[in-house]
Amino acid sequence: MHAIFTENLTKRFGSFTAVDSITFGVERGEIFGFLGANGAGKTTAMRMLCGLSRPTSGKGVVAGYDVAREPERVKRSIGYMSQKFSLYEDLKVWENIRLFGGIYGMGNKLIASKTEQTLAHLGFEAERNTLVKALPLGWKQKLAFSVAIFHEPEVVFLDEPTGGVDPATRRMFWEMIYQAAERGVTVFVTTHYMDEAEYCDRISIMVDGRIAALDAPKNLRRSLNAPNMDAVFQRVVERRP
Amino acid sequence: MSPQHTPTISSQGLCKRYGKVEALRSASLEVERGEIFGLIGPDGAGKSTLLRILATLLRADSGQAAVEGLDVVRDFRAIRSRLGYMPGRFSLYQDLSVEENLNFFAAIFSVAVRESYPLIWDIYRRLEPFRRRRAGKLSGGMKQKLALCCALIHKPSVLLLDEPTTGVDPISRKEFWEILAQLRRQNMAIVVATPYMDEALRCDRIALMKEGAFLKIETPKNIISRFPQTLWSVQGDPMYRLLTDLRRHEDIISAYAFGDAHHVAVRSGRISTLQLAENLKTLRYANVEVKEIQPTIEDCYIMVNG
Repeated sequence: MHAIFTENLTKRFGSFTAVDSITFGVERGEIFGFLGANGAGKTTAMRMLCGLSRPTSGKGVVAGYDVAREPERVKRSIGYMSQKFSLYEDLKVWENIRLFGGIYGMGNKLIASKTEQTLAHLGFEAERNTLVKALPLGWKQKLAFSVAIFHEPEVVFLDEPTGGVDPATRRMFWEMIYQAAERGVTVFVTTHYMDEAEYCDRISIMVDGRIAALDAPKNLRRSLNAPNMDAVFQRVVERRP
Repeated sequence: MSPQHTPTISSQGLCKRYGKVEALRSASLEVERGEIFGLIGPDGAGKSTLLRILATLLRADSGQAAVEGLDVVRDFRAIRSRLGYMPGRFSLYQDLSVEENLNFFAAIFSVAVRESYPLIWDIYRRLEPFRRRRAGKLSGGMKQKLALCCALIHKPSVLLLDEPTTGVDPISRKEFWEILAQLRRQNMAIVVATPYMDEALRCDRIALMKEGAFLKIETPKNIISRFPQTLWSVQGDPMYRLLTDLRRHEDIISAYAFGDAHHVAVRSGRISTLQLAENLKTLRYANVEVKEIQPTIEDCYIMVNG
């Protein structure tokens, strides 16, 4: 059973086709890297999969729900985090957790017990009452990820989650992703760091609204005879007609 | 260097606080024309604060800085006509077209766009097909190129770039750095901030920054050659379990994931690559490969930080 699948999923804005009939599937518990050049259509595709933008045509199913017909159910079943927005800076650490737990309809008791668990897991017990804006960026990102999976969604969408983060924290962040995937959460992630593409089970590379390549990083390297993912990316994007 | 030589950009002991946060702690540097100087570090390292002080947009609490011998506080007006600055956030007019943005910045500096063509042409030719498009409708890579054109419109001798490639795809990033290499050949002094460690290699010298301080200023080559530990690349499936096992190994100082391999610093003389490979095979790892490697700048950054 796929956690995400699409069939000829398409989005047009006027005469411009931002996402051009993409078809792919993501397995449950898989870490799926969604790569592409700026303007290739990644954000538009991701917005459709999150139930935020209605497809022009084609089909998309996320966590068992149709993105066009049941967008509200899709939203309830997923978590979302981006580098640009994830937490409220003027709320405390516990308030952010409380807010997002509430938005996803979790009960007070459950929120309280899971908050303890989350803070302990992060080693954040001492920061419970800290305003989020006072946290270092790396901590914010880790907290944001924990909040995104707090309601135990089936799928979590991560939009450039590690942009601007220092190298050690970037790696800690990926260890959190691995742990979530081991618990069965499906991870759909975009990144511009090509070493991170290597940490994904499979990746796709979008070029001009289409999926130009999709496979395990190792297989892509082999089939394109490329020494690393940087070279893979370069070759896929430049072989466009 | 003659005794009366003045560096193109210089700063001594620059400090800046925002409330309790020490954004910059005694930053001293010298940058010459024909040089690309990289400020390398994560968000919050102090890169933007330093650039804003050099760009005469922010006053330091203490310390001095000068551009072409002119003081950044006293002579800020004279400096601004000699300096191009590209801020971290896209700050062109989104509702103006490519062409209109260029004309606007040219007018501010009382120059004609045409006069700057020799300098910007190589960048502008890539934008020209879109010259009537609104800046807000450009892709990330195109926006950065337009911002660079606007920063160069008055033919400055000094260029300050604040994370010009953040959020930009790998191919646009390479193009951008090729452009910077050309500007260096035209004898410009360039200071560029970046969180991407791989871009450090394209700089002549780099400052590794953390929490407002310089950890090191060196050529990338020297930083790499002074890496004090033996470094191995280790592969084996499954990779994630391998990482935790490597960290538990008594002869291993540290282990970090680096794309398709883990980079492992070992206590020298205690174990050979062959022995570790055999070790891992008995732990049932498949496709095991262990070999000695040269560190990358990212290895060095993690090391000096740890």
